[in-house]
Amino acid sequence: MAKTQTLEKGETESHVGRRDFIVVATYAMAGIGAAAVAWPLIDQMNPAADTLALASIDVDISKIEVGQAITVKWRGKPVFIRHRTEDEITSAQSVDMGDLKDPQTDDERVTNPQFLVMVGVCTHLGCVPLGQKTGDIKGEYNGWFCPCHGSHYDSSGRIRKGPAPLNLEVPPYQFASNAVIKIG
Amino acid sequence: MSADKFSNPVVRWIDHRLPIFSFMDHELNEYPTPKNLNYFWNFGSLAGISLVIMIATGIVLAMSYTPHVDYAFESVERIMRDVNHGWLIRYIHMNGASFFFIVVFIHIFRGLYYGSYKAPRELLWILGVLILLLMMATAFMGYVLPWGQMSFWGATVITNLFSAIPFIGDSIVTLLWGGFSVDNPTLNRFFALHYLMPFLIVGVVILHLVALHRFGSNNPIGIDVSGPQDTVPFHPYYTIKDFFGLSIFLSLFAAAIFFFPNFMGHPDNYIPANPMQTPAHIVPEWYFLPFYAILRAVPDKLGGVLAMFGAIAVLFVLPWLDRSPIRSGNFRPLFKIFFWVFVVDCVALGYLGGMPAEGIYVVLSRVATAWYFLHFLVILPLLSVIETPKPLPQSLSKSVLGGAAMAGAASAVKEKVR
Amino acid sequence: MNRGLGFILGFMLLAGNAFAAGGGDVVLKHKDWSFNGPFGTLDKAAMQRGFQAYSEICASCHSLDYIAFRNLADLGYNEAEIKAFAAEYDVEDGPNDEGEMFTRAGIAADKFPSPYANEQAARASNGGAYPPDLSLITKARANGPDYLYSLLTSYKDAPEGQDVPEGMYYNAAYPGYLIAMPQPIYGDDVSYADNSATDVSAIASDLVYFLTWAAEPSIEQRKRKGVNVMIFLLIMVGMSYGAMKFIWADIKKA
Repeated sequence: MAKTQTLEKGETESHVGRRDFIVVATYAMAGIGAAAVAWPLIDQMNPAADTLALASIDVDISKIEVGQAITVKWRGKPVFIRHRTEDEITSAQSVDMGDLKDPQTDDERVTNPQFLVMVGVCTHLGCVPLGQKTGDIKGEYNGWFCPCHGSHYDSSGRIRKGPAPLNLEVPPYQFASNAVIKIG
Repeated sequence: MSADKFSNPVVRWIDHRLPIFSFMDHELNEYPTPKNLNYFWNFGSLAGISLVIMIATGIVLAMSYTPHVDYAFESVERIMRDVNHGWLIRYIHMNGASFFFIVVFIHIFRGLYYGSYKAPRELLWILGVLILLLMMATAFMGYVLPWGQMSFWGATVITNLFSAIPFIGDSIVTLLWGGFSVDNPTLNRFFALHYLMPFLIVGVVILHLVALHRFGSNNPIGIDVSGPQDTVPFHPYYTIKDFFGLSIFLSLFAAAIFFFPNFMGHPDNYIPANPMQTPAHIVPEWYFLPFYAILRAVPDKLGGVLAMFGAIAVLFVLPWLDRSPIRSGNFRPLFKIFFWVFVVDCVALGYLGGMPAEGIYVVLSRVATAWYFLHFLVILPLLSVIETPKPLPQSLSKSVLGGAAMAGAASAVKEKVR
Repeated sequence: MNRGLGFILGFMLLAGNAFAAGGGDVVLKHKDWSFNGPFGTLDKAAMQRGFQAYSEICASCHSLDYIAFRNLADLGYNEAEIKAFAAEYDVEDGPNDEGEMFTRAGIAADKFPSPYANEQAARASNGGAYPPDLSLITKARANGPDYLYSLLTSYKDAPEGQDVPEGMYYNAAYPGYLIAMPQPIYGDDVSYADNSATDVSAIASDLVYFLTWAAEPSIEQRKRKGVNVMIFLLIMVGMSYGAMKFIWADIKKA
């Protein structure tokens, strides 16, 4: 607004062409400069180097007994790692896709069927489901149960009943060795 | 101002109901400004921009800073090392304080030389002195936040100044500390106040601008503008001139940030605060050195504190100490000499404030302090009586155009003024 | 009034000198460090050697609190090397599910563990003197790099008449000349993989490179960015001056 006015003023006076050029170019420089200054002030809100350094973690899974599960903290959220029993694997693999709200085969959700790795955050409104500890309620499908609003997950962490729209999220991970997985 | 001035219908609609565009147009665009302002008039806008830079970087730093004695130093180092662009933002803020003071000091000395404090601009000047006081408080509290050795001992020494107040001094110091020494409560409240005060400064700056726009800028000749022929619209003439000044300012500022970021700081402030051990040679930040020299020059504790605050208090009454009706130092031959002696005196005080308080430095500090007060309390009132000013030009346009015409007219003006 | 600016700038310089004068009357050895000047850069090979010297000579007493293993990437090490360095250290972590603290091998995200549990322990092991943390040492001393280099290379026999108490050592670069740190470098204290010189001044110099980086890992980035910003701003000075002259052309005095 102010800028155009300057130019209009300029046009009524002499040496219009050269003046217009240098004045416009100066304003352009100022604009570029302002943007260049604004960026660091915004980018500082992105995760800092020490935060990013913890964005991927190594987890030792060799000590998890069959049928047991551990919870590790990754990027501020709980990650469930379950060493599944043969029964759990079989029941997870034999589900009819038609019964699923968010159809996904068990194979799509695991790298090694013995270990199920997923983010333990209910996809409904972000509560942490029960089912990790031996005494926990595991829900109607022998997996996890979210006590906040009653979502039931099966032994593959898929949503079977309740308000949650999606299966429990599988984080990016890989087996660094047979005993160690690297999450993130 | 009619709203028809704007071609954009949305702007027109808004302006009819909320005349913000008319206001901006009036105060920032067509605002008539004396056409003969020199580069010393750039420093007002530079000070405003410095304030904006400090607030912007400060808010951002507060997002990563932790005001706790156990974490403050570490959180600053995290900003320097891990936060994206953190080192840049912190160096801008750190050096920005120094550059803000440089700009404001030049702005003040410009006002002193060209008599910008004289009628009808007394309140404009007083608001300016108030801004200086707020800036000093803000800068002092900000310097405490990194919780280095200088932060801690600076806070200790400066807050102890208040213990000089008779009877209630110790209670005031305890109140300021929130404890029995500078500690976590002190750091916490200093952070809260350091965040608050810049916005108070913004408030006073707005009043400063309102007062400025009441009579418009003073100018190097120091006589009032006599009509439109003496002025130009603020935009584009002074916007571009301010922008040119800003480019130079930013170049110097950037050179400091990128190449000498710690030149104006003190190495001891990279040592975490240690309440058990005072550094060998403690000094305040450079912009406090003249006042620090005045403090130390007086051998009495209360006297020193009074002298230091008096050095600023005297600026509040300056418009009534200098009674000469001539504003600009250009037309006051004696004043001009004493002005420069005063500048040298202030520089000397700054130097002496950084020297150890021993031997010749003590003597020189006392002489320089005495001269500081002598200048305001004796020399300026006296000069306004005994000085014969040089003839003033009749109008700004005449002086801008130069020529012999003004010489004759000037003596008549002089008669009138005296 | 135009002389005013000069005065104010002079004021700044004087104030700066006043700070520098605080260091005492020792004369420092000045070296032409690669990181000096606006185009300064860090010497990665020297930093790696300095890191080795720090680990083998200094680390037993001096902590490096603000440096994490991951930061060593700046020295040119790759991820696997950094993991290996980190794994050599034991780091306390916990509490675990039983509520116990435990030690584990270090990971890249860990900071260098301190050699002592706390300041009191450090003082107790060093005859009451506290070995300062080294991660900011070159910024926490006036003329840091030169000071550090001078300190490490100025252990001498005390001159006639200088009384050196038990547990103190004579150092010509230390303010007051008496320092509680025994001479740390004698030459050939380390053996470098790149077969660089290992005399006292070479090791001291390598340490200065490493610790200057440690004090300000962004130093090289800062200077590089600074040159670009200065070029941009100087162009802006020229252009705004031109624009100002054009705009003012019809107003200027005759």
